[in-house]
Amino acid sequence: MRHALAQIIGVMGRMFDSRLAGSLSILVIGIALSLPAGMYVMLQNVQGMVTQLSGTPQISLFLNMDAKADDIDRLHKQLAQHPAIDHAKFVARDEALEQLKQSTGLADVIGGLNQNPLPDAFIVYPKNGEVQGLEELRNELAKLPRVELAQLDSAWAYKLEALLKFGRMAVLILASLLSLALIAITFNTIRLQILTQRDEIEVSKLIGATNGFIRRPFLYFGVIQGLLGGIAAWLIVSLSLLLLNWQLGALTELYASQFTLHPLSPGDSLSLLLFSMYLGWLGAWLSVARHLSRIEPR
Amino acid sequence: MISFNQVHKRYPGGYHALKNVSFEIAKGEMVFLTGHSGAGKSTLLKLIAAIERPNLGSVIVNNQNVGVLKERALPYLRRNLGIVFQDHKLLFDRNVFDNVMLPLQICGFDYRESQKRVRAALDKVGLLKREKSNPIALSGGEQQRLCIARAIVNRPIILLADEPTGNLDTDYAHDIMAIFKSFHQVGVTLLISTHDESVLQDTGVRVLALRQGELLS
Repeated sequence: MRHALAQIIGVMGRMFDSRLAGSLSILVIGIALSLPAGMYVMLQNVQGMVTQLSGTPQISLFLNMDAKADDIDRLHKQLAQHPAIDHAKFVARDEALEQLKQSTGLADVIGGLNQNPLPDAFIVYPKNGEVQGLEELRNELAKLPRVELAQLDSAWAYKLEALLKFGRMAVLILASLLSLALIAITFNTIRLQILTQRDEIEVSKLIGATNGFIRRPFLYFGVIQGLLGGIAAWLIVSLSLLLLNWQLGALTELYASQFTLHPLSPGDSLSLLLFSMYLGWLGAWLSVARHLSRIEPR
Repeated sequence: MISFNQVHKRYPGGYHALKNVSFEIAKGEMVFLTGHSGAGKSTLLKLIAAIERPNLGSVIVNNQNVGVLKERALPYLRRNLGIVFQDHKLLFDRNVFDNVMLPLQICGFDYRESQKRVRAALDKVGLLKREKSNPIALSGGEQQRLCIARAIVNRPIILLADEPTGNLDTDYAHDIMAIFKSFHQVGVTLLISTHDESVLQDTGVRVLALRQGELLS
């Protein structure tokens, strides 16, 4: 155990000796990893926003301005009896105006209006949430008497969902490419190390070191460099989010709403670090497998 | 302990380094290997440590046929050997103490026990006071003794030394021979190569003489 610890300490000492070159590699790894990680965080945030906003799908029915109370009653009954509809909620035009005043902070603008521009409306909650069925239901409801406009409120959410899938694929591709870059960086760092430690490797082989013993410090190096690169990526993402949130704060205040970007979750942070450690190990392993066997004592 | 049976070694390019060499060295024996440079002394020692493999014949060390040992088994063969290299092969990126520690690290020896053994080995070659120095600061004779300390720290059953007194003045050479004799007294098998006939005069030990790759009887 003490020897393994001594090897790790030796590796760290060596890293410290070449700290400038080392920091550069770590920075490169950090930036390479922070791109997909940052994109991933953004997607997670958009995703969170979508589920928060869309909730269960609903259809808004806006009525003609001249709809009378008994038209509305008749329509309400018709909707309640429809087999595809769970229930429908009536929103009177005055009520809608009041809501608008409270929720958007546009009270001044609305107060300046001579008359209420909003129509009476129904919010229809369908029983089934599938896009295709909803579209048909919307078309059907649009043809009902006194209905001016039927709008499927969460259609945009489905479209966004499809867009997010596209985004996730893009992140995956980017992450794969940059992982290859990371492996290549470690591969090359380790290659240079093996060259500079040629004497030590040769002597160690001559006095009975197994290949495993010789390989281990390089693998430790790869893992530690990967870990530090992962930490750098985490810091880059977290600091960027902090800066963005700061700006976003000023922006959302103007719209009187509260919205902040969430940072990487603890689970995702851990995955990021483990992944970067694994990539470092892999790069080191490949490099060692390729270069170590070429050093044979004479 | 070491036995060569009709061993031939030819290097790529056709140089015939050893020709039909046969001999045996018993356990605990101390043997000198002499000959001019180029006679094949280093090659013979390299065959024992499996740094080179014979083209023909068998090399048996500690009951193992070294010539056909698998790559994986080599480290365990070499842990039984202490080798004093002609060019020392010291590591200049660490101090004297850590140079001697290396073989014990490699064997995964208990750390506390290792420290004691390293100090004992350094004491034996008279370098205990220099343990914190970098080997580059040592004289030629001290570097040679450091190399010996590293070779014996593991308490090997066989000690191979390639020209250990090669370019040292006579006083140093005698010191080093005295160190070797003390190992002989505790039962280590020694094979020491030298082109320096003067160190042989006062000893009654067996001599293997090589000339152009052939063993003179």
